[in-house]
Amino acid sequence: MNDFIQLIIAGLATGSIYALAAVGFTLLWQTSQTINFAQGEFVMLPAFFALAGMKFFGLPFPIAAIAAILLSMLTLGVLFKTVVVDPLHKQGTLPLVISTIGLAILLREGVKEFYSAEAQRFPSFFPNINIGTSAANGGSGFNVSADQIGVLIVATATILLLSWFLASTKTGRQMQATAQNPTVARILGVNVERMVMYTFLINGALAAIASLLISPIYLAKFSSGETLGLVAFVAAIVGGFNQVRGAIVGGFLVGIIDNLVAAYISTSYRQAVPLALLVMIILLRPQGLLGRAEERAV
Amino acid sequence: MLRSFTLAALAVTAGAWACAANAQDIVKIPGVLELSGAGAISGTNYRDGFLLALDDINAAGGVLGKKLALETADTASDPGKARAAVQRALDDKPVMILGPVFSGSVNATLPMTNEAQVPQIIGGEAANITSQGSKYIFRTSFGQNVSMPKIANYLRDGAKAKNVAIIYVNNDFGKGGRNAIIKELETRGIKVAADISIEAGQADFAADVVKVKGSGADAIFVYVNEEESARFLIEARKQGVDKPLIGETTLLGQKVIDLAKEAANGVKGHVGLTIDAPVPAVADYAKRFEAKYKYKSDHNGMKGYIAAYFFKTAAEKVGKFDPVAIAAAMHGLTITPDKVPGILIEASWDETGEIDRVSYLAEIKDGKQVITETLPKLKP
Repeated sequence: MNDFIQLIIAGLATGSIYALAAVGFTLLWQTSQTINFAQGEFVMLPAFFALAGMKFFGLPFPIAAIAAILLSMLTLGVLFKTVVVDPLHKQGTLPLVISTIGLAILLREGVKEFYSAEAQRFPSFFPNINIGTSAANGGSGFNVSADQIGVLIVATATILLLSWFLASTKTGRQMQATAQNPTVARILGVNVERMVMYTFLINGALAAIASLLISPIYLAKFSSGETLGLVAFVAAIVGGFNQVRGAIVGGFLVGIIDNLVAAYISTSYRQAVPLALLVMIILLRPQGLLGRAEERAV
Repeated sequence: MLRSFTLAALAVTAGAWACAANAQDIVKIPGVLELSGAGAISGTNYRDGFLLALDDINAAGGVLGKKLALETADTASDPGKARAAVQRALDDKPVMILGPVFSGSVNATLPMTNEAQVPQIIGGEAANITSQGSKYIFRTSFGQNVSMPKIANYLRDGAKAKNVAIIYVNNDFGKGGRNAIIKELETRGIKVAADISIEAGQADFAADVVKVKGSGADAIFVYVNEEESARFLIEARKQGVDKPLIGETTLLGQKVIDLAKEAANGVKGHVGLTIDAPVPAVADYAKRFEAKYKYKSDHNGMKGYIAAYFFKTAAEKVGKFDPVAIAAAMHGLTITPDKVPGILIEASWDETGEIDRVSYLAEIKDGKQVITETLPKLKP
C-alpha cells in the first residue's frame, strides 16, 4: 500500500508539471487557434536561461530564476507571438503548426550549439530530503521527498492562481470572452489583441515555472522537451483541448497512469501509454474528458 | 604576355605542390562518435581524450614523421547514423577508425571495418563485441566479460549480498551487462530479486525506485549510462533507499558525481579506468585534460587518450601506415608506461582485441571517487 501511495504522490508531482504545460497548450489554442508543438521546448529553454544567468552573469539562483521567468515571458510570449504567430496566423492553422515544429528544432539545436549537448545539474528550490520513515529504523517504510511535495504545492498553487485570475478578475473574464468569441468580445469593447498578448505572456510564465520545477528532477538538457511536449499535448487532448480545467485533469491523470504502468506493468512500454490513452479518448470521447463538443462549418 | 602567363602558372603549381605536400604530412583519422543524444557525454570525453593525446604526439614529432588529425562525425547516438558515417569514412581508406562508444553503434559498424580490414578502436563495453570474430576491433577499456566477474565477486565478498536487484538500460550495452552479471551471480549462488529495464534518456525514475525498494534486495546493481545513473541516484536518495548501490564505471564516473552531487555519495563498485587511480601519470593526464577542456575527464576520456598511444605504438612497430599490418601488430601487444608514458597504465591486448590491465574497487565519498583496492591483471 505504501508503494501505491508513493507512486500516486510521485505521479501527482510529475502530473502537475504536465498540467502547467498542457494549460499553456489550451490557452494558446482557445485565444489564437495556435497549436504549439514547440511547447516542450518552451519548458526546456527557461532552465537554460537560469543556468546562463548563473554561469555568465554570476546571478544567485533565485534571481536567475526570476530573470528566467521574465525572459521567457518576453521571448516565448511576446517574441513568439509577434515573430512567428502573427505573420502566419492568417495563413491558417497548418502553416503555423509546421512553423512551431520548426521552432522546436531551432530551440533544441540552438541550446545544444550555444550551451551544451550534455545534461546539466539544476538547483532546486526545495531541500532534497526524505520526509518519510525508513522501515529499517522501525518506521512504516513510507517515503516521500520534500522535493515532490514542493513541486506539487507550487504547481497546484500556480494552477489555482491562474484559475482564480481567469474566473474572478475583469482581465481574466475578458480573456475568456476573447477565447469564446473574439468578434462578440470586440463588439463588447474588449481589447482582443491585448487579451491574446496576455495569453502568450501567461504561457511563457507557465512554461518557465514548469521548467524550474522539473529541471532539478530531470536535469536540464536540450532534448528534454521532446517527451514533455508530447505528454503535455496528450494531457491537453485527454482532458479537453478547449477547457483549462480539462488540461489540468489531463496532466494529473497522465502523470499518475504513467507511474502506475511503469511500476505494475512494464517500464519498457511507459512511453506508449500516453499515446494509447490519446487513441482511446479520441475514439470514445473526442472532446476530451472535460471538454465541450465543438462544431465547425466546412 | 607569355612571360606573365608562365610566372602565374609556376606560382599556381608551386602553391598546389605546397598544399599537396602539407596534406601528405597529415594522417587523417575518422572519429565516428556520439557528440549529441544519449551518448554525448561519453562521445565528447572520448573525442577530447584522443585530441589531447594527438596534441602531445604531434608536438613530439607525430607518428612516422607525420602529424595525426581527427575528423569527427556525429552519430547522434544512433546506430544507423553511425553506419553511414563509418561507410563514408571507409570510402577514404583510413588507417584506423576511432569509435563509436555506444555498443549498439559498435555492433552495427564492426562488420564493415572487419570487411574493409581497417582497425577500429572503440569505446563499447558489451561482451558480444569481441566474440564476433572480427580481427579489426579493439577496446581500450574492459568488456563486460572481464568486469562483471569482478563486480560479482564484490557483491558476494564486499557487500555480502544474497539477493540483488538489477537495473539496466534497455540497449546493447545494458542488456549485455545484465546477461553477464546474472550469469556471474548464478555461479556464486546469489539470487536476482528484481530485474528492471529502463530506457536510454529516461527522466522519471520514481516507479523504478519503488519497484527496487519493494524487491527485498540486499544490494542494488545499477548498469545504465551516466545521465540515467545520476537521475536514478537522485530519485533513490529522495525515496530513502538505504541498500548498497553498486555498479561499474558508468555509476561512479565523474559526470555522475557532477550531476548527482551528494546523491552519489556512498555508491560503490568496480572501475576499470579512473582519473583517481593511484598512478602519477593518470593524475597528470587528469590535470592537463581539465586545464584544456574546463571539465573533468571521465573514463571515456582516458579510453580516447590511450587509444591514440595504442595506435601510435602499433604503427611505429610496423613502420608504415598499413591498416592490415597495424591491426596484426595490435594483437598480442603489451605496452608499458616506461616505454610509452602516454599509455598511462600497462596494458595488453589479446587475439580478440580485448584489453587486460589492473582495475580498481572504488567508493564515492564527499563527492569524490576514492580507490579502496587495486585488482591485478587477469593474466599478469
